[in-house]
Amino acid sequence: MSTQVHGRGLSGPTRSRRRMPATVAVGAALVLSAATATPLDPAPRQAAAADGAKVLTVAVAQSVDSLSPFLASRLLSTSVHRLMYEYLTNYDPKDSRAIPGLATKWESSPDKLTWAYTIRSNSKWSDGQQATAEDAAWTFNKMMTDEGAATANGSFVSNFEKVTAPSPTELVVRLKKPQATMTALDVPIVPKHVWEKVRDFSKFNNDKSFPVVGNGPFVLTGYKADSYVRLKANKSFWRGSPKFDELVFRYYKDQDAAVAALRKGEVSFVAGSPSLTPAQASALKNADDIKVNDAPGRRFYALATNPGARARNGQKFGDGDPSLLDERVRHALFMAVDRETIIDKVFQGHAVQGEGYIPPRFSPYFWKPSAGQELAYDPAKAAQLLDQAGYRTNSAGKRLGKDGKPISYRVLCHATDPNDKAVGQYLQEWWSKLGIGVTLDCLDNVSDPWLAGTYDLAFDGWSVNPDPDFVLSIHTCAALPATPKDVGATDNFICDKRYDELYARQLAEYDPVKRAAIVKQAESRLYDLGYMNVMAYPNAVEAYRTDQIKSIQTMPSAAGNIYGQDGYWSWWSAVPADSGGSSDSSSSTGVVIGGIVAAVVLVGAGVFFVMRRRAGADDRE
Amino acid sequence: MSSVQQAVVPAPAAAAPRRTAKGWAYLRYGAGKVGGAVISLLAVLVTGFFLFRLIPGDPVKTMTGGRPVSAGQLAAYRREFGLDLPMWQQFTDYCGKALTGDLGTSYQFRAPVLDKIAEALPNTLLLTGTAFVLYTALGIVLGTRAAWRHDRLGDRLSTGLALTLYSVPSFWLGLLLIIVFSVGVGPIPGLFPTGGMESGGEEGFAYVLDVAHHLVLPVITLVAVEYGQTLLVTRSALLDEMASDYLTTARAKGLRDDLVRRRHAVPNALLPTVTLIFVNLGRTVAGVILVETVFSWPGLGGLFYQALSVPDLPLVQGLFFVFATAVIVMNTLADLVYPLLDPRVGR
Repeated sequence: MSTQVHGRGLSGPTRSRRRMPATVAVGAALVLSAATATPLDPAPRQAAAADGAKVLTVAVAQSVDSLSPFLASRLLSTSVHRLMYEYLTNYDPKDSRAIPGLATKWESSPDKLTWAYTIRSNSKWSDGQQATAEDAAWTFNKMMTDEGAATANGSFVSNFEKVTAPSPTELVVRLKKPQATMTALDVPIVPKHVWEKVRDFSKFNNDKSFPVVGNGPFVLTGYKADSYVRLKANKSFWRGSPKFDELVFRYYKDQDAAVAALRKGEVSFVAGSPSLTPAQASALKNADDIKVNDAPGRRFYALATNPGARARNGQKFGDGDPSLLDERVRHALFMAVDRETIIDKVFQGHAVQGEGYIPPRFSPYFWKPSAGQELAYDPAKAAQLLDQAGYRTNSAGKRLGKDGKPISYRVLCHATDPNDKAVGQYLQEWWSKLGIGVTLDCLDNVSDPWLAGTYDLAFDGWSVNPDPDFVLSIHTCAALPATPKDVGATDNFICDKRYDELYARQLAEYDPVKRAAIVKQAESRLYDLGYMNVMAYPNAVEAYRTDQIKSIQTMPSAAGNIYGQDGYWSWWSAVPADSGGSSDSSSSTGVVIGGIVAAVVLVGAGVFFVMRRRAGADDRE
Repeated sequence: MSSVQQAVVPAPAAAAPRRTAKGWAYLRYGAGKVGGAVISLLAVLVTGFFLFRLIPGDPVKTMTGGRPVSAGQLAAYRREFGLDLPMWQQFTDYCGKALTGDLGTSYQFRAPVLDKIAEALPNTLLLTGTAFVLYTALGIVLGTRAAWRHDRLGDRLSTGLALTLYSVPSFWLGLLLIIVFSVGVGPIPGLFPTGGMESGGEEGFAYVLDVAHHLVLPVITLVAVEYGQTLLVTRSALLDEMASDYLTTARAKGLRDDLVRRRHAVPNALLPTVTLIFVNLGRTVAGVILVETVFSWPGLGGLFYQALSVPDLPLVQGLFFVFATAVIVMNTLADLVYPLLDPRVGR
């Protein structure tokens, strides 16, 4: 049989064809090596491109969901919209208070139901047309009447009754009921003359024709999914032109690769998602021409307790441990959590100890418990509290529930977050001293057990906005799901009458100082309830090249983050460094050495071919 | 009987009826395989629908998490995605659309699934295709050499290196290459970009060169971790052949050792490698998620990961269908090619 196969002509006079794979391989390798010899290294283009334009390159990882401001909800996309379009108001980089944006001033009527905004007359769209109150009115009206246009920001207009533009500089919004968040409408205002041609808002992604008409500090000039987002400075921006000529968001899906790109000078800035790791930060701290910005962040990191999941119709569901309904138990658990150790060991110093619900950077709303109110770390007192509540230990040291069985809590954790796992292990250690068992349920997607209420405690965290309304609203009874089958806006099923009253009062209070005082009372109530225990405020840890960026605005200006600000301050304010950076010389060396490598490969391949040819000549004889 | 064989070994005229019979046998064999593939594809279509509905997580909740959304908005999302319909109706809608070539609209990107796939597929094929050609060629050449001079130092070194690289995690190797050849270590300068497929802004030939420049490190990573498999399979197959009588005959004819290897031994030993080639070809479409991530290559692997994390059901289903189709088509092709290479198969 084998001889028959052997006779099949594959060994016939097809010698040159059979060599094809090797030839193709060598050829391809040559093409690749030759490519290395071309002067394409992007590094020197960052600070100064070939045409002398100053380019600011930012490493990002998050994909764009949509470039339509009516659809986008991810941080990267909404940050790009901040740069492309003006909003009615902006936030002061110093302390996050509302300041003029497209609107220069605003006032509310005595009945609190009408808001009149004065629209600035010095803002032009990038196609030369004037931006007017009519554009703003059209944007809001579109969101109120077209379900597709309400996809991303519909909640901002759900309390609007009517929006009109009596003149090009006057915008009037009539509300159904008072709403204090009218200076925090994070809605990009789009040019009516461009967008009225859009047919289906639920499918239009605004990413096919460039440049995109806008009136923000930058104009979107190019986009390729998961490759780059490219913007050009708007030289006629009313607040003044950005200092860099171009801003490019480049994709680095792996954070270590992004850090490598920063070291090389291929990018000017790396934020990390959500932060650089402590190891990356400490490595970059020692690198030349790199500054690590380790500043207070806008997130809080908390331990949420299941208060017994329920729906607005009164139906209860889920299976949270009944012992957690006792406030003393919740307080005892939190008093056995050593927050100092969490900051030192888990966050390695890149966080601040948690106190109230809203992080300290939002100074007008920051609240912390008084000395008598504080649930300070005190394991002995925690054990006493549990004893008082009737949960005593048995002879084996296990604390028993009302049913006589040892208490063990399921703690829901995000498998993708190493902090959750590390803190979880500490909880196991600390609570075992109280006689309480802990099972960590680490899942890729926690939303199923979370929504079904089938957990006892859970790691929780939110990014807070300058206006606290949203993070407060997710703990109201109104946010509970309508029925157990529905999904509500609620975070962890908290429903407390006193908290709800405070929430409603702050929303109707238009005086900023009085409103802040009510918000603090609501935070105090939330703290006492013990369902939401803030353990830490993680820092924003990011880094940039000082040989490419000379200075950049943080928010808050004293100490704050650069990426993901409320406003366009960082990229708008960034000043390019005078020199093009040190990457130029290394990259030209790179090109030279690349050439040498290619030459060596070429010579080697040549020798290889000659030898093969000789062998072939022998065969033919 | 294969056409190759017919061309090279002219059969006597009397053998014609036998050949026709064999042709019919091959047709029957081929029809069976193709029919099986079509049934598999239909099964994939159905499985894809139900399989991904078992993933934990509510797409609407994931997409709206962390921002203010009213109950009306949530309902609008569900209505738009058809998630408010009973399961059987979602299924029939899905099947009806799929049969007309419409894979639906991605939840998170608000774009037709086919567009999203068409956007990323060429990128993946460029990366995995280039790597595939290189590692297959390298694996066969080195595997042949290793077997022919087996148990010598060269074989041990080559096989040892291949095995070592084969067992190295690709993302780790990729990161190492980035640090050494992109950033530069000591005297080694940063020659290559740290990630992505293009610098952006280039056109024409400059764009081609730019993409080739970005392609070098990910391709080297893939080739390094993949060629070992082909090498080992080729090597062991050739070792099996090496004791065969026909090789002794060839040598007795006075052929040079090199010729005996290339013309006689290797063609017969390649069958297992051909199987592997088709298996690998099927895999090239699915992308290589770890290498794509490390090198920020905008391909299907990364898209699949993003789709799964929502879960973006239409996108996940569409990608699953495309991946499965590639594997099924390649396996069917392998089945069809086999009888041509080895007449014992398909009789």
